[in-house]
Amino acid sequence: MSALKVVRAGLFDTLQDLGRTGFMALGMPTAGAMDRVALRLANALLGNPAGAAGLEIGVMGPDLLVEADSVRVALLGPLSPTLIDGPDAPPKALETDRTHLLKRGQVLRIGMIEGSSTAYLAVAGGFALPSFMGSLSTYARAGVGGFEGRKLAAGDALPLSLERAPPGDDRKLGASFDYGRGPIRIVWGPQEEYFTEAGRNIFVGSDYRVSREADRMGIRFEGPTIEHAVSVEKGGADIISDGIGPGAIQVPGAGLPIVLLADRQTVGGYPKIATVASVDLPRLGRLLPGQTVRFQPVTVEEAEKLRRDQESRIQRAIADFKVARPPGGIDLARLYEENLIDGVIYEQPPV
Amino acid sequence: MSVRYLSCGDTAFTVEFGNEISPEINARVMALHAAIGRAKAAGELAGVVETVPTMRSLMVAYDPLAASRADLQPRIDALIARGLPAGLASRRVTLPCCYDDPEFAPDLSEIAKRTKKTVEQVIAAHLASAFKVYVLGFMPGLAYVAGLDQTLYLPRRSEPRVRVPRSTVAIAMDMTTIYPFESPGGWHLIGRTPLWMFDKRREQPVFLAPGDSLSFQRIDRKTFDRIAREVDAGTFDWSKLVTA
Repeated sequence: MSALKVVRAGLFDTLQDLGRTGFMALGMPTAGAMDRVALRLANALLGNPAGAAGLEIGVMGPDLLVEADSVRVALLGPLSPTLIDGPDAPPKALETDRTHLLKRGQVLRIGMIEGSSTAYLAVAGGFALPSFMGSLSTYARAGVGGFEGRKLAAGDALPLSLERAPPGDDRKLGASFDYGRGPIRIVWGPQEEYFTEAGRNIFVGSDYRVSREADRMGIRFEGPTIEHAVSVEKGGADIISDGIGPGAIQVPGAGLPIVLLADRQTVGGYPKIATVASVDLPRLGRLLPGQTVRFQPVTVEEAEKLRRDQESRIQRAIADFKVARPPGGIDLARLYEENLIDGVIYEQPPV
Repeated sequence: MSVRYLSCGDTAFTVEFGNEISPEINARVMALHAAIGRAKAAGELAGVVETVPTMRSLMVAYDPLAASRADLQPRIDALIARGLPAGLASRRVTLPCCYDDPEFAPDLSEIAKRTKKTVEQVIAAHLASAFKVYVLGFMPGLAYVAGLDQTLYLPRRSEPRVRVPRSTVAIAMDMTTIYPFESPGGWHLIGRTPLWMFDKRREQPVFLAPGDSLSFQRIDRKTFDRIAREVDAGTFDWSKLVTA
């Protein structure tokens, strides 16, 4: 059986796809990739279906030993990965945002992510793991999905669907994907009337800092407190529980916003002042403790249009993929860019 | 009775039938949940991903690349205008519960003291309650089940427990629940069922569903142990718990 074996675990690495839908009514959170754009691009680079599961790397990734004739992987995100050919071989730097052909016995060291909390690794043909309730997304709190329902640990062998890499060129992004820079777009509601006008103005007029309490469930922000319309003592921070969509921003009695993300519970009893527009959820999924954001209101229609525009940009990025290194030849562009003395000659991939 | 549409960004909206807990409001929530499910099965309402019923509202999740709020809201309005059936057919579910072991029911005597009943009267009142599953949430398979006999109403414990074992049956306010996982909890522990409310080995890992009518059947420790062995081995016949 072909596999990628975890020889050293990262911090919080889980298999995720685009989410487990259809079971929220039974209390089952959707889970799924925190940055769906990066997972989509990683799968597209390999020719995988958009809904294939990839490895979501949290802060620091694992070392993976190739236990297959060969495997083609895609790495997406601000990584500085290295490849180790054998026990005494020095690590060789690899580029990110592209695919790589790996051989049996090589170790891929994914390493730290720089300036983001998540990055992705996908494999050509996908992982040979059973889906749970229609999805491979790991939901660790219930121990389901992905690899044994948990984050990866040393010794785990991730089974691969293919014995060897499919023939073809390696590919890379034409340019880094632009996630946007300005404020995080939000739509007011569902319970904006539970807050005073002054409270709402504070919320959209202040910087909020990502606290240390940030994970796949959500991000607790620090900053100016948001005033509830009815005092907390009189129940102003309680509602009769209702459904929680992705990016819902709940404000409990303490007055600080919590943005709820992939592993959020399905229903909750705190008022939600606003909801992050889906276009900006991948940015939330990349935030690190200490980073600050501002929130800017848009209408539902504007948010829908922003999301459709982002989808067009994803499609353009996919159409714009470049061949990374021609097999069996000399990659002249890379030669000139990096290394004029030795050159870089790549062998033919096994067919 | 008019509804309010609340925005949940560009991937969901909530249809709110009222801002109070009442069986009539919840019946309308469940009827719309079922009506949307039927429409989706018939290939209508393209772009609707799923719906999430709660006591008084229904969240409709949609894919903004396949539908828009402006398309969907009038169609939901039309479904409501067409009339929502009042009494939805619901499953009748009976769960075995062992009240006898002090390890299973550490709060029974305190509940009895606070409700001025004997322990046997507390158990009888729990068995006589006409329960209904209103919402699942907070944890997969955790059901909020209302309809507790009024003489058993108690607020939550002032000191929540750090660890409540899986499958514990508990009460608080006008509700009962069954813990699907070991977890912290502030409810009063009244018994334990040998069944798992979340069993990832089963094709339908969550047994209860919103709308279920629910009652408990008293079992002794010996029966508990026998059923627990069957559940553990995966040989238990769950279908016999459902009578309609």
